[in-house]
Amino acid sequence: MTSSPVQAGARPDAMVVDDMNPDTGTSQLWGLAAEFSTPAAIMEAAKKVHAAGYRWWDCHTPFPVHGLDFAMGIKYTILPIIVFFGGLTGTCLAVLLQVFTNSLELNIWAIVPVVGYQFEVSGKPLISLPAFIPVIFEVTVLFSALTTAGGMLLLNKLPCLYHPVLKSPKLKRATDDRFYLVIETRDPKFVRPQTEELLGSLDPDSIIELEA
Amino acid sequence: MTTLPVDNTTVDKTTGRAPLVLQHTSFDTVTSEICRVNEAKKPPMAWYVTMAISSALAMMLGALIGYLIITGVGVWGNNNPVMWGFPIVNFVFWVGIGHAGTLISAILFLFRQKWRTSINRFAEAMTIFAVICAGTFPGIHIGRVWLAYWLFPIPNQMSMWPQFRSPLLWDVFAVGTYFTVSLVFWYIGMVPDLATLRDRATNKIKAVSYGIFALGWRGSMRHWHRYERAYLLLAALATPLVLSVHSVVSFDFAVAQLPGWHTTIFPPYFVAGAIFSGFAMVLTLAIPARELWGLKNFITLRHMENMAKIILLTGTMVGYAYAMEFFMAWYSGEVYEQFAFINRAFGQYAWAYWIMVSCNVITPQIFWFKWCRRNIWVLFFASLLVNIGMWFERFVIAITSLANDFLPSSWGWFEPTWVDILTFLGSFGLFMTLFLLFIRFLPILAIAEIKGVMPEADPHAGHGHDHEEVKS
Repeated sequence: MTSSPVQAGARPDAMVVDDMNPDTGTSQLWGLAAEFSTPAAIMEAAKKVHAAGYRWWDCHTPFPVHGLDFAMGIKYTILPIIVFFGGLTGTCLAVLLQVFTNSLELNIWAIVPVVGYQFEVSGKPLISLPAFIPVIFEVTVLFSALTTAGGMLLLNKLPCLYHPVLKSPKLKRATDDRFYLVIETRDPKFVRPQTEELLGSLDPDSIIELEA
Repeated sequence: MTTLPVDNTTVDKTTGRAPLVLQHTSFDTVTSEICRVNEAKKPPMAWYVTMAISSALAMMLGALIGYLIITGVGVWGNNNPVMWGFPIVNFVFWVGIGHAGTLISAILFLFRQKWRTSINRFAEAMTIFAVICAGTFPGIHIGRVWLAYWLFPIPNQMSMWPQFRSPLLWDVFAVGTYFTVSLVFWYIGMVPDLATLRDRATNKIKAVSYGIFALGWRGSMRHWHRYERAYLLLAALATPLVLSVHSVVSFDFAVAQLPGWHTTIFPPYFVAGAIFSGFAMVLTLAIPARELWGLKNFITLRHMENMAKIILLTGTMVGYAYAMEFFMAWYSGEVYEQFAFINRAFGQYAWAYWIMVSCNVITPQIFWFKWCRRNIWVLFFASLLVNIGMWFERFVIAITSLANDFLPSSWGWFEPTWVDILTFLGSFGLFMTLFLLFIRFLPILAIAEIKGVMPEADPHAGHGHDHEEVKS
């Protein structure tokens, strides 16, 4: 969708419509952002946009607004399940590592042949599970924590150093004190006048156009 | 827009808690006041002075390590029978310091103690730098430092593997995991604040460097949802981890047969001591930092008072452990154990024992009084005394038991050399250098989290009249 002079919405008094890039025609509209100044306002707005049936939309806030995720209809993340399997991998790996290195004698074919190191010490059995517990625990925690951090970033598709929201200097205050509700043009329900009218009806401080 | 009144009380009222942020009622002023620390053209003069001293000490540490590697561990006071001299004492001391950071960031998070938000960031930074200092000591204590990789299970041409039934190897895994997880927790917590600094950057270099580490964070609620889940999971993982780390450190002693070491009270006693010393270090660092960078609106007297209460609690727990060790020595009827404790209190290292008791057991008792909990100078000096006392605790445990064990014929006497003492001082230099760099370049307080605990952040608070005002 090429950019065009912004049409006044249903409530022009409530809207401060920003101008487009001066070199019009070259930039592509990516989405529309409505700016709010309180958590309460964006909460109300999010409920309405969710009720209107939009799917490709998001809120950008300086801190996690309590309950906004569920007001937006965001499904509970599968992260804990991924982390469980990450931790389980750690547990298994730690058990295998210790049992193999301290007791087994297997000639595994490798460039450097690796075999277990059977070392009798103070009459302890070679496979001494109680003594293996601390390392099993630590490796489980290590794998779980790395899976948590990595999984969160992966699910969030981060790092993402280029994004239309980051591109717009007008949305910089999303990490300071402003709350933005962004509807993307790729949403099947996105129709310029209607979407703009919906955003205008949410009583925003301003409506901002985002270019791709 | 905001209509909530300013509330500057720092004493908990009968009707509710004191506010966590003073003066500010808007998010924007919170952001600018915290970012001012990083955005100021020049840090305060005190920063340069401390940086000069601590970087000099850190360089001295490097030189001394070089001297040690070239000459050998004979430059230390370690001898037979006191094989574990300063390096292990310092290792346990620094690991202990680290524990308060994780307690604040993880355990207090799970307990929903919202006051943690003002102090968690730099307490976590303190954890990481303390663990770096801690890791240095066993690393150089092994003698042939170029073989330090033997600590890790790496396939090698000798077909040798680490001994997994030894607590010393558990320690490698515990401290390694602790450092990695603390670093991940600290960094993940910092991502939104790095994005704030990126968006406020006034020049390209700042924008790009903060931008890379902010990973393109854009405050998306869909991201926040997973982020909050991840943060909770990390807190839930770090909580048992922090308890396990100092327990494993105490196993280094408790699994040995030596009188004074071979006790089951060690894990909980070490963990309480670690939290005790760590909170003292948080106070030691927080008090000058909040004065110099004007962070008193965020680190309020209420925060100070809460920390003093935790120091009182954990100090008393440590005192209980000291008493219980004596009781068990007597109750066990074990002569070697009884001797070990009488020797600690009245033997050749009695001075160290009484420094420990007066700093760790008696000093924190002043925090029963509200005046002491709310007086900055009292807090600062008490925190210094606790730091000193906790170092001596590790000295007493490690040295006295080794110097006087079962057979009088094998008894010895430990005396630190100048290299020992200066290496320990140098580790403070390394710690402070890293900490000062952190204050200068990274968000010192958790900006996003602080905004989240302000009453203005509640989507239901002040909503009604806010909009009525706009409409009228």
